[in-house]
Amino acid sequence: MNGGLRQSMAWLHTWVGLLLGWLLFLVFVTGTAAYFQDEITRWMQPEVHGQRNIEAGAEGAIAYMQQHAADAEQWSIELPGPRAVATTAFWKEKGETFAQWRDHAFLVDGQGQKVDARDTLGGWRLYRMHFDLYYLPVLWARWAVGLAAMFMLVAIISGVITHKKIFADFFTLRFGKGQRSWLDGHNLSAVLALPFHFMITYTGLVTLAAQYMPWGVAAAYDNRAAYYADAFGADESPKRSGTTVPMASVTAMIQKARETWHGAEPGYIFVPVPGDANAVVKLTRATGEGMDTRGETLTFDAATGVMHERPPIRGGARETESVMVGLHAGRYAPLLLRWFYFLCGLAGTAMVATGLVLWTSKRRVQLPDPERPYFGFRLVERLNVATIAGLPFGIACYFMANRLLPVEIAQRPNWETNWLFIGWGVLCVVAIVRPVKRAWVETLSVAAAGFLAVPVVDMMTTDRGLFASLWRGDVLFASFDLMMLAFAALLGFCAWKVHHRKEGVRLRRKKEALA
Amino acid sequence: MPRSAPHGAAESRLAHALDVTSRTVLAAVGGYIAAALTTAGLARWLPLPRVEAVMAGMLVSFAIYATVAIFAFAVARTARVWFWTSVYCVPLALALYLSMHGGGA
Repeated sequence: MNGGLRQSMAWLHTWVGLLLGWLLFLVFVTGTAAYFQDEITRWMQPEVHGQRNIEAGAEGAIAYMQQHAADAEQWSIELPGPRAVATTAFWKEKGETFAQWRDHAFLVDGQGQKVDARDTLGGWRLYRMHFDLYYLPVLWARWAVGLAAMFMLVAIISGVITHKKIFADFFTLRFGKGQRSWLDGHNLSAVLALPFHFMITYTGLVTLAAQYMPWGVAAAYDNRAAYYADAFGADESPKRSGTTVPMASVTAMIQKARETWHGAEPGYIFVPVPGDANAVVKLTRATGEGMDTRGETLTFDAATGVMHERPPIRGGARETESVMVGLHAGRYAPLLLRWFYFLCGLAGTAMVATGLVLWTSKRRVQLPDPERPYFGFRLVERLNVATIAGLPFGIACYFMANRLLPVEIAQRPNWETNWLFIGWGVLCVVAIVRPVKRAWVETLSVAAAGFLAVPVVDMMTTDRGLFASLWRGDVLFASFDLMMLAFAALLGFCAWKVHHRKEGVRLRRKKEALA
Repeated sequence: MPRSAPHGAAESRLAHALDVTSRTVLAAVGGYIAAALTTAGLARWLPLPRVEAVMAGMLVSFAIYATVAIFAFAVARTARVWFWTSVYCVPLALALYLSMHGGGA
């Protein structure tokens, strides 16, 4: 009976792992990158220099909007966190949706000056791709990612049940043993970061729980708006009075907020009906200022600068939810912990990749004719090459496009993203048309070359290349370029391994034939 | 189910396919229904402020879903899974219906 259970769990683990494995790979890669989204954004905007200064950023953004968007419906300002420099601000004209915000977005540096940096979405694009994907309606994308996450949760549980000797497996890593090595690699990457994988999968589902599980809201509330008002505070936007009144000092409001929160910084500023006598200024606590990610919003009277009464304190369930989302996003994490998150994310990526390869490597030995596998086998084989080598290459292309696309072209951020998919698409074609072993070697080599090219292109197109950055002690730019080289080395090593292994198999066959 | 691996005969292969399909439907759809009903029930009946009860229900829903999905493949006989999932879902659904649309109380 016991062996039976383990067998069915192994079967379940294999299939839930495979069916959405390629989507999971994308979710892991982009999510891992998103832990450094601020740093990626900074690298992708080499025009932004200097230190962050929240007050100067806010004042500068407001001064600019007072000049250029005095009659706007709302001003929004995103203040830089400790890992960023630039303040992003935008306004919304009457009748516009927030989706159009990029039309009026601009950057302000730590001196309060507007910066003309190249238009890019930087690390934010990779972060959004983690759950919104791309080219798809957001709602569908999130259902797909949620389904993948649910599969992942079931794969984790069934995987744990399958492995009776889970901690013994953890200490076993056999190199150069074909399928056995893949299994060891899969077990190592899975078990090493098992608490992380479990946490990240469950909390990931929680981040979008309102979309996936709306039935509690439906059972207890008359409508969703009533629930949202209860959960996140009613958003009664003030109506325009028509009387123009100058705005009180935003610096004073920031200081007041900081005092109220015992030193925590604001992350967002919203000003509905700016310039009007009814205008208010809403300061929301930065998401990185605590483990709970849903920061409190303080409201100030725009004209007088007087703070309104504070909203009531959250209860246990909502606090739990907020901390779970915070644990997932890791925005609270200081540098060392952030690297730990990043490494766990890489382990997750490796777990998915080795799991996908394991599926084929296990079946290959059982094929009736290894030269002519059945269609499903070939499909999995090709999808593995296309995804595991293709997506990393696409990301390298994304970074290169940031440096190489002309600054003045329209829709520049979208073109950067298109290049991610063009690069990926090219490797998909290679994965389909070439013999599979060659396809692995070639796509992995191309991906390695792509990452190798990023620092080179950076050096040729900006004055913030690797050597210049090292010389100046610019840790962030130097680290980014060095990471690119590390990924190039890793992918190059994988290409070399696959190439080498082929020789090994051939040699063994020859020996067998001679014997 | 893979446990009773088919041995060539077309009949048993069909039975196997039907069994896997049945368990898959149960895990995917049954699991979601069980989770949704639990969430709704907790939202209505947990002795907490309404917004807290809703949130608490949402937080546990994925654990319920995963449990049913694992259960659907862990139990030897498929009929037994259907039986226990129904035993869980049907009274809960009835109680919810009465609580939301029932007259009188």
